[in-house]
Amino acid sequence: MNEIIITTISITGISAIFAFLLTLADRTIGNYGEIELNINDDKDYTVQGGSSLLSTLIDEKIFIPSACGGKGTCGYCKVKVLEGGGPVLPTEIPFLTQEELDDHVRLSCQCKVKEKIKIQIPEELFNVKEYFATVEVLEDMTSVIKRLRLKLPEGEEIKFKPGQFIQLKAPLYEGNDEEVYRAYSIASAAEDKNHIELFIGYVPGGKCTTYVHKHLKVGDTVQINGPYGDFYFDDESGREVILVAAGTGIAPILSILKHMREKKINRKARFYFGAKTPEDLFLVEYFKELENELYDFKFIPTLSRVTEEHNWTGETGRVNNAIDKYLTDSENKESYLCGNEKMIATMVEALMEKGIPEELIYFDKFD
Amino acid sequence: MIELNPFIIFFAAIFTNNMIFSNFLGMCSYIAVSREIPTSLGLGQAVTFVLTCTTIINYLIYHYALLPLGLDYLRFIVFIISIAAFVQLLEMFVERYLPNLYYALGIFLPLITVNCAILGVSLFMIIRNYNFLQSIGFSIGSGIGWTLAIVALAGIRQKLKKASIPKGLEGPGITLIITGLMALAFIGFSGIVQIQ
Ligand SMILES: Cc1cc2nc3c(=O)[nH]c(=O)nc-3n(C[C@H](O)[C@H](O)[C@H](O)COP(=O)(O)OP(=O)(O)OC[C@H]3O[C@@H](n4cnc5c(N)ncnc54)[C@H](O)[C@@H]3O)c2cc1C
Ligand code: FES
Repeated sequence: MNEIIITTISITGISAIFAFLLTLADRTIGNYGEIELNINDDKDYTVQGGSSLLSTLIDEKIFIPSACGGKGTCGYCKVKVLEGGGPVLPTEIPFLTQEELDDHVRLSCQCKVKEKIKIQIPEELFNVKEYFATVEVLEDMTSVIKRLRLKLPEGEEIKFKPGQFIQLKAPLYEGNDEEVYRAYSIASAAEDKNHIELFIGYVPGGKCTTYVHKHLKVGDTVQINGPYGDFYFDDESGREVILVAAGTGIAPILSILKHMREKKINRKARFYFGAKTPEDLFLVEYFKELENELYDFKFIPTLSRVTEEHNWTGETGRVNNAIDKYLTDSENKESYLCGNEKMIATMVEALMEKGIPEELIYFDKFD
Repeated sequence: MIELNPFIIFFAAIFTNNMIFSNFLGMCSYIAVSREIPTSLGLGQAVTFVLTCTTIINYLIYHYALLPLGLDYLRFIVFIISIAAFVQLLEMFVERYLPNLYYALGIFLPLITVNCAILGVSLFMIIRNYNFLQSIGFSIGSGIGWTLAIVALAGIRQKLKKASIPKGLEGPGITLIITGLMALAFIGFSGIVQIQ
């Protein structure tokens, strides 16, 4: 008995001594004091040194996209560090191209603020805010896709362009021991500034999608930040729009279409939606209504795995087939694609074959 | 135990009782970081420094705290705690005052915490009943021995880059084979002196 007590006391005592020493070191050696941070040659901040640039910026309420939460594995959190970032670390190299290296681009989660530092970030990021939103609707669209409608707190608004995305935080829950942020495209209209709508597909074992599909309830509060992204609808171009999506890629396309309706943008638009079977289709009625409401809009769902029993009379095969059939010329057209990497790659190829210039094909990859 | 001169222990730890070649301790960082001579030399220096400091700390803790209190059975856990804490302190220190070294070693420093050669030296010093000076000789020697091994390996691996090696053996495979050959070569030293 005595032995157990003495052992416990000794181990605790020794650990406590080391913990004390480490805390002391943190306060002295690890204390970098106050440091000047300059952003875009314009805004000056005084920050507490010693943390990563990413978390320093978050403390100042400046949000940089960071899907892995600062682990150095997603490569999203890039910023230009013009002065005071120290040399590029081996952990950053795999994520930076030679061009970016020459351009002083760094992963903000890896580089630490230890001396006067000067950085450059896109102006839009100052528009990024953090919100604690309430779940208003959470419904199944298909067996694997849920629609999530969030209400922003009273008096708060979000300003975004149709096509942009937000980041949703998956908190700790049973089976998930780390907080992570994941990107989700906004499906609501930019004109509806108090709500955010998302379409979230279930990924087995996925941290954030398991949270949304298995743990989240109407009335819960979720933490989001945004908007982000340089994939958005070009309001001004006046060109005809070709929209292509599969699965949850429908989200940004919906936002674009809603925006066209709200703003009464009179441009011809075609939406090619790729799915496997009729069960994967959703919001079909809604798109039919849009066909009547919008200036010149057609919804063209294309199914790749239909059988006789499905009684499907619409387009079949891959989306490329439908495009081949309906897209006759490339004149005065631009295209917005959304989905997984493979689908985007084949679509870009198909559209370029049709003569649509690469710079008029905009896309967002979901993986 | 015969009283061995600390210098003899020091040389034995480098050659006849090399941590890598006769005990196969500290292998993971040895294999992972031995691609280039400069980095492996850096890691070797860091290991030597950490080894020497932790051995001294652990010697003092063992002889002046654990033994008098009859707690020597706690040495494993206590040594591990002290090594982990020391490496953290060292990391903070290097980051603050030796930035160049930090950028060279930054990601390797935490690796040292899990280098079993470090714990091994502290435990050998107890098992073999070394006194304070012998322990210091042993730890510096082991560190230098480890550095010698990893730098030699890095040199060989740099040459190997140009060699055509069977696909399946590339990387760790060939590295282990070379280590085995080097260990065989080091057996040649073993007649000189034995310390265990
Ligand atoms: C700009 C952008 C916009 C996005 N918009 C949406 C959106 O509107 N709706 C939506 O549902 N998703 C969207 N995503 C994807 C989303 O950010 C997450 O990657 C996805 O929801 C998985 O997150 P998770 O935390 O559940 O899985 P993780 O815990 O990140 O992943 C678990 C495992 O599943 C694998 N995995 C991850 N994603 C997929 C996948 N799609 N299919 C198969 N395996 C996968 C991972 O490699 C990992 O091994 C978007 C991504 C980006 C970059
Ligand atoms: S936040 Fe993911 S790499 Fe920096």
